[in-house]
Amino acid sequence: MNLTLRIWRQKGPEDKGRMVTYQVDDVSPDMSFLEMLDVLNERLILAGDEPVAFDHDCREGICGACGMVINGNAHGPQKMTTACQLHMRHFADGETIDIEPWRARAFPVVKDLVVNRGSLDKIIAAGGYITAPTGSAPEAHSTPVAKANADAAFESAACIGCGACVAACPNGSGMLFTAAKVTQLSLLPQGQPERFTRVIGMVDAHDEAGFGGCTNAGECTAVCPKGIPLNTIGRLNRDYLKATAKRGDNTPGS
Amino acid sequence: MAVTGIILVLFLIAHMLGNLKIFTGATSFDHYAHWLREIGAPLLPGVWFLWILRTALVVSVVGHIWAATTLALRARAARPVRYAHRKPVQGSYAARTMRWGGVIILLFVIYHLLDLTTGTLNPVGDPSRPYANVVADFAPKRWYVTLFYTLSVVAVGFHLRHGVFSALRSLGQQTPRGERRARVVALVLAVGLCVGYLVVPFAVLTGLVS
Repeated sequence: MNLTLRIWRQKGPEDKGRMVTYQVDDVSPDMSFLEMLDVLNERLILAGDEPVAFDHDCREGICGACGMVINGNAHGPQKMTTACQLHMRHFADGETIDIEPWRARAFPVVKDLVVNRGSLDKIIAAGGYITAPTGSAPEAHSTPVAKANADAAFESAACIGCGACVAACPNGSGMLFTAAKVTQLSLLPQGQPERFTRVIGMVDAHDEAGFGGCTNAGECTAVCPKGIPLNTIGRLNRDYLKATAKRGDNTPGS
Repeated sequence: MAVTGIILVLFLIAHMLGNLKIFTGATSFDHYAHWLREIGAPLLPGVWFLWILRTALVVSVVGHIWAATTLALRARAARPVRYAHRKPVQGSYAARTMRWGGVIILLFVIYHLLDLTTGTLNPVGDPSRPYANVVADFAPKRWYVTLFYTLSVVAVGFHLRHGVFSALRSLGQQTPRGERRARVVALVLAVGLCVGYLVVPFAVLTGLVS
């Protein structure tokens, strides 16, 4: 396959950045999208040019490191698939492909396609944990969990924190990520002690990081490589309403 | 957004049911319209109830617009650098036209008040004869009024298609099964209100009501 790539190049956070066109020939349809970028980078290095920077780690679709907007789609055209698991057979020979980084104020560009997703960590730090004592794993059957809750919690826990929901959201909101992290814990007995301080802390951290507000447009769930359902946001909303109604009882020290 | 929206939807339902009284004839419709001004009498004197209702509606509309503006400004601030290649939102058409649809609906409401409440833009414009005002409004030679009315009502329909679902979600609708139900409720309300509002102008247009 021969492809024309239009890639966002930006030297650093202060650089203005621009789309640059590259021609990549002899691409195998069996390559992953990132392998195709590797081929381009090897040729750029041999030609003495700066390679295109992009985030990647496991290349198995489970770490959440990779992510780029491909032809206007976060993680590309294939549903429930990260960019690293996307194969070139989904593109046509001679196609022009636009590749851009996640665009959000909360995700400043570090270089080329690499963005700083530290604001997702700030949301987690604001409440995405439980205060169970560590040590040896407790007997699994000692704390019963209803099957429906276990399944829904597991579904939310599949979130890999890649940030595609933010990249796709017309409002630049990170609510699907926040909701997945909130509901994964609030559905389980271990998550109950901090249930209501957690949701308030995480939503506050979300808003402070400069993410937009959710309008239930549903774009996030359409691009989510892990298929986190939109109704997790409803679970977050319900916890948030309950928490704001009884905030005084739950704030530590009050 | 959700609470003010639901107040406005409840008003839309009551308003539509009132409109449909046009099919019971001029005397009955006019009588109903006069009664509207005096609901609550004699407990509340004269038009007090009407003004309480109007205040609640204006507060809801202003609150709704304020919330929408805040969300729109936050959305703009949240993405300072735009995408060079951006696909249209894959969610529903209704979801991506909420903001401009809302502006169209606001303009229509202003026109609608000048037309059928104050009578300023109505060819008859007699507050004591609402039936005559409606019939004159949607006369075949004023087809452009009917067209604008139809487009605005359809805009309301789209607004509710996403808005009702989104309001229920904001108020804590949280299960996948409930989501399917909420979407059905939104669709039924949107289509039901559209049909309920549109039968009136088309009944006048076709001579069913004259």
